[in-house]
Amino acid sequence: MSDVLGVDIWRGTEQGQFQAFAIPRRQHQTVLDVVTEIQREHDPSLSYRFACRVGMCGSCAMVVNGRPRWTCRTRVNDVVAGDERLRLGPLRNFRVVKDLAVEMTDFFDKWTAAHGYFEPGATPEKDFAVVPPQTKERQAADAGIECIGCGVCYSACDVVAWNEDYLGPAALNRAWTLVNDVRDRGQSARRSAVSHSNGCQACHTHMSCTRFCPKGIEPTYAIAGLKRALFGWAAR
Amino acid sequence: MLFVAQRTTAFVLALAVAVHLATILYAVRGGLTAADILARTHGNLAFALFYGVFVIAVAIHAPIGLRNVLREWTPWRGRPLDLALLAFALMLLALGLRAVFAVYAA
Repeated sequence: MSDVLGVDIWRGTEQGQFQAFAIPRRQHQTVLDVVTEIQREHDPSLSYRFACRVGMCGSCAMVVNGRPRWTCRTRVNDVVAGDERLRLGPLRNFRVVKDLAVEMTDFFDKWTAAHGYFEPGATPEKDFAVVPPQTKERQAADAGIECIGCGVCYSACDVVAWNEDYLGPAALNRAWTLVNDVRDRGQSARRSAVSHSNGCQACHTHMSCTRFCPKGIEPTYAIAGLKRALFGWAAR
Repeated sequence: MLFVAQRTTAFVLALAVAVHLATILYAVRGGLTAADILARTHGNLAFALFYGVFVIAVAIHAPIGLRNVLREWTPWRGRPLDLALLAFALMLLALGLRAVFAVYAA
């Protein structure tokens, strides 16, 4: 392993180019460590986003050597072999604000558009709802509930790439957790929100979202669940 | 609704195509002429109903799939696209039912 790590980082917005840097290669350094070192030691004008550094906040995702990843939980040694270079770009399918920082407004607006929020109803229940952990609905909701909105699945999705109106895997995964939330009182509006040509029907089951989700969530199966549910909803 | 219609007809077609191919392979194993085929299909109501369902499923399934492809790969959207594919569906239906009628009753 070389003592020096060659790094190419995207500079600019939609238009721009990769800029080359060289930094000391260290044992166990993460990709986020690399970006931070370059910004602090080489070029303070480099823009990127991070917060927690421990895989909880979901704000540091980038395209690392062609694949979307959390940079805080990606060690350089896992993605760069020998003297290969590290190539970092902004998440795909997002508008680039600057360098490695992307605009996530559309991404989160789609969560709202997919009715990806809990609706308690006009009159709250008098007591706590009991939702046994072994019920089918609870297990389906649990499977997707840990999403932290990092945008990796959205960046990996080819359908989003060719149809910018597609709601995307994260928003549909969130909708599916709520379809299975027996306490929710907003199901009718949610059905309409996800069942259209830019909703779950647009998914081609490429499974890129499932392949790249750093939380191990499987949005493809959540979307498949929505597709199956369409048959029941159509019969009503 | 279109999604449900397309997936339901896909299920019908999966069975129908399998039966169709199996019938062809079975029927032609010893050689078969057009006259032999017509002799078997003429007046055969089960045949007419089976292929009638086949044609209806095709007329629903194919235009919806083609609409999806066109919407994803071309800028064509909206009512003109829907009307064009409705016309395509009606054409498939008319040509298909005409063929079924021809071998059943002609």
